[in-house]
Amino acid sequence: MVLLLSLSAFAAAQDSAIEPRNFNSETQEKRYRALISELRCTVCQNEPIESSNAPLAADLREQVYNQLLEGRADFEIRQYMRDRYGDFVLYNPPFAGHTLILWVGPIILLLIGLITGGVMIRRRRRMLAERNSDTPS
Amino acid sequence: MTRMLLPLGVFVALVVLLLAGLQTADQRQIVQSPLIGKPVPDFALPSLHDGQRTIERGDLLGRPFVLNVWGSWCPSCRVEHPLITQMGREIDAPLVGLNWKDERPDALQWLSQFGDAWDFHIFDNPGGFGIDLGVYGAPETFLVDHTGTIRHKHIGPVTTESYDDLVARIRRLETEAES
Repeated sequence: MVLLLSLSAFAAAQDSAIEPRNFNSETQEKRYRALISELRCTVCQNEPIESSNAPLAADLREQVYNQLLEGRADFEIRQYMRDRYGDFVLYNPPFAGHTLILWVGPIILLLIGLITGGVMIRRRRRMLAERNSDTPS
Repeated sequence: MTRMLLPLGVFVALVVLLLAGLQTADQRQIVQSPLIGKPVPDFALPSLHDGQRTIERGDLLGRPFVLNVWGSWCPSCRVEHPLITQMGREIDAPLVGLNWKDERPDALQWLSQFGDAWDFHIFDNPGGFGIDLGVYGAPETFLVDHTGTIRHKHIGPVTTESYDDLVARIRRLETEAES
């Protein structure tokens, strides 16, 4: 059983660029994985630092890991990255003035769609109703 | 007619939105440094040429300087090298090299091969100071004023197009320091 577990852990470490790490707890490991998957590797434009082989990505993973072990909170680690690399480093852009359209835009579009659809359905129903009442039965 | 107008309006609005997006995409490709206007992060690192000598943040303050991030592993650094050499000759402000994530023998070899126009080099092999500066790829060039505040950042190799602008900015920082 132990052998099987260590084998699967080994396999998991093999199929990604991530270096093997030791964590104090499972939650800590989960937080680590979540953080490195939401931080952009700034040299590779469109890859999280999680899967990048770039040396800088490795350094940033190291930073995340060390800061987690030091007991820093997720938001502190995100802020650390933002202070250095700006919002660009975050895959989830912050909710702010210049990103408002990003967050609210889709909701507005959905609302427009729903309203347009509703109006059209209603109009068609009324037309059908009128036609039905016109035809003598 | 009004039935056609609505989809057309939506279409035009979409085109305008996408065009606006395209126009700013060029600027967005360059990660704007959040460090502009902020002080140079604290550091204490060995000199590249003399491992015994430590260079600290305080050593740099008092006059404006150029901080040029490079590495012998970086092909673009060789591209900008002639212009950096020219800059070193042309400006009065110190031209400081930040040798980033490099091996000392490689860096020294590179300098002796291509020439060393910098006043001195900071040796950051672990790369921590680079991360504090938000460096994400060499070469990058920072302009720092006499109070130690980062005033400008040039990402990528210095080109003939950007060279004059950089030198003009350095000159402005110099006059600012004198006044």
